[in-house]
Formats: sequence, structure tokens, C-alpha cells
Amino acid sequence: MTRLDAMRAVYDRLEDCAVVTIMGAVAAELQSIGHRQNFFYLQHAMGLASSVGLGIALSRPAVPVVVFDGDGSVLMNLGGLTTLARYRPPNLLHVVFDNESLLSVGGFPTATSTGTSLAAIAAAAGVPRTADVNTIEAFVTEFEAAQRAHVLTTIVAKVDAIGPAAFVTDLGLLENRFQFQRYLQSR
Amino acid sequence: MPVSAVNSKIVFDALKEGGVRLISALPETWLVHLIRLADDDPDVTLVRLAKEEEGVGISMGAHLAGVKSAMLMQNHGFLASVNGIVSGAQLFRVPLLMLISDRGTFGERDPWQTEGGAVTEPVLAALRIPVMRLDDPARVAERIRQAQTLAYAANKPVALLLTRDLMWEDP
Ligand SMILES: Cc1ncc(C[n+]2csc(CCOP(=O)(O)OP(=O)(O)O)c2C)c(N)n1
Repeated sequence: MTRLDAMRAVYDRLEDCAVVTIMGAVAAELQSIGHRQNFFYLQHAMGLASSVGLGIALSRPAVPVVVFDGDGSVLMNLGGLTTLARYRPPNLLHVVFDNESLLSVGGFPTATSTGTSLAAIAAAAGVPRTADVNTIEAFVTEFEAAQRAHVLTTIVAKVDAIGPAAFVTDLGLLENRFQFQRYLQSR
Repeated sequence: MPVSAVNSKIVFDALKEGGVRLISALPETWLVHLIRLADDDPDVTLVRLAKEEEGVGISMGAHLAGVKSAMLMQNHGFLASVNGIVSGAQLFRVPLLMLISDRGTFGERDPWQTEGGAVTEPVLAALRIPVMRLDDPARVAERIRQAQTLAYAANKPVALLLTRDLMWEDP
């Protein structure tokens, strides 16, 4: 499965969610499907997308929060999984697109390419619901199930190590940040 | 333990007075009372971290979601957070209120703290993070208020150093 297809398949289900993505390929792909004011692209600060999602989820329990993370980014903040698990906000859905690669900087393989399982790490960290998926159908099924369950969930989706040709878009970082804050104010 | 419970309470009350409702923390000796006060207060969400840099992301999320937060860490925790501060809070212009216990300065007995004490203020200066020292209990509330005011006006991180004079009562 490609990450682009996976995000397309759940795009309609993001409408009422605060969405936080990591930098680079994921951010550019989601914008290519269609930017919305409820999407925040954390263009840098590797590892902290899940922490930003946790901060939003704890602050606004009535707002469903979706984080689109990456394997390289999660590996940089494994301790953050234990913090997610500790506070386990039910309104947080943590998706890790695992392309076994640092795709956005040239595609060097990460440790998930040699056997590290991020879903197993998340489960061992105490995340109450975890899933490993390899197909679009399984991804959509788990995504919908997680939204219904209203329990902190980490879904690790194995995706192809391919992405867009360019990562810089014409959406300014600060434009996105203030727009997103206003969106949350309006909720 | 000669950590000042009285002055910790003054700091905590000032944070609450300033509307802080979420506090992230990673313990160190000088912070024990502050963390317990946060934990015991039903109006405050205490987030215990695995590493201080997470607190930058959590405070960013809280701010975007309309909640005032503060971060409790020692200076080595600040040093461990630098990338998140620069490529998160500063890049995206998000205010942070960092309370940093300033270990490793004059009077320090723990040898392992002594390097951090020497570089904390230079690193803050290199990052252009405005900083003030909290040393006089009578001025704590005012300085916390001023730090918050600047952080929200500038949309930037600010730091307050919790000093030995404030936090430690030598027996
Ligand atoms: C601290 C830090 N180190 C290195 C980088 C450079 N960098 C930018 S994106 C990226 C890869 C991210 O990998 P992953 O989370 O797996 O997402 P992918 O690019 O594969 O979609 C790296 C290493 C960075 N932004 N920050």
C-alpha cells in the first residue's frame, strides 16, 4: 500500500478531527489530497508530533485527534509512547506510517527494516489498542474501529517507501499554525 | 530534604494565578514539592515525561488548543530539549514557560551537576530565550507574571531559573 492511498482512504474521516502530521513526505502528500484548516503539519521537531497530539488531546477531551507519524520519527521519541500510554487520552488516534525508511531525507533504512516492531513496542509501552496492517482494507477497518472504540490506539501501517517529488508546499508554516489554532478555538 | 516547601508553594501558586492548567515535569531534587503540588491539584493536569523534550511538544499542543502550560525541568533537561525548542516552539512561534532548576552553580556539591550549571545561561542566550532568575520569594509572583506576559506577546519561549537561593535551605 502507498501512504497516499491510505490517507485518501480515510480522508473523509478526518473532517471533525484535529490532525497533526510529521514533516516532509507525509505533510506534502496530505496537502496534495487537500489541505484543511484542521490539519497541522509539524515541519521539523522530529519525534514530537505524537507529543503535540497528546497536548491537544489532554487539553480538549471532546476533540478527536489524529496523528500521522513515521517510523523514523517514532524511533526518535520512543519514550513518548510510554507517556501516551500513561495518560491514554481516548480521543487520540496515533497512526504510524512505517516505510522502514527515512524517506524524506533520501531513504536510509530504519531499524524497522531489520525487524523492530513499532506496534509491539507501543503495546509493550502500554498503549491499550495497537494494530499492524499491510493493506488498505485492513488500514481502513482498523482506523474506523479505533475511532469507534474511543480508546488510545496506535496503528502501524506498513507502506511503500515512495513519496512526492518535492516537500515544500506554498502553505507557510506560520499561516498553517495560526489557522490551526483558530480552528481549535472555534471548536 | 532541604528543598524549600514554602518557596515551592509560592512558585506553584503564581503559576496557578497565571492560569497555568497543564504542567509537564521530569523530576529532580529541587522540583519534588512543585511536582507534588501539581499532582495534588485537581485543576492542574500533571504530565510526567520520559524525556523533557516531549514537554515542548505537549506544551505546543496545549497552546494551540487554548490551554496555558508550564514546564518543570532541571538545566540538563533544558539541554536535552534544545532541538524541540528550536525546531518546534521557535520555528512555529509558540510560547513556552520553562521553569529550569539551575543546578551546578555556586554552592553546588554534586560533581555531576557542575558542567550544566556553567553552560545553561550561555545556551539560553545563544537561543535568544529571555531569562530571569527567581531568587527572591517576594518577587516570584511578579516575575512569573512578567515572563508569561512576554511569552504570549512575543509568541516565544521564555525561561525562569529556579535558583539555589530560592529552592534550597541549607541546614
Ligand atoms: C533531529 C533531526 N534529525 C534529522 C532530521 C532530518 N530529517 C527530516 S525528515 C527525516 C526522516 C523522517 O523519517 P520518518 O519519520 O520515517 O518519515 P518519512 O520521511 O519516511 O516519511 C529526517 C531524518 C530532522 N528533521 N531532525
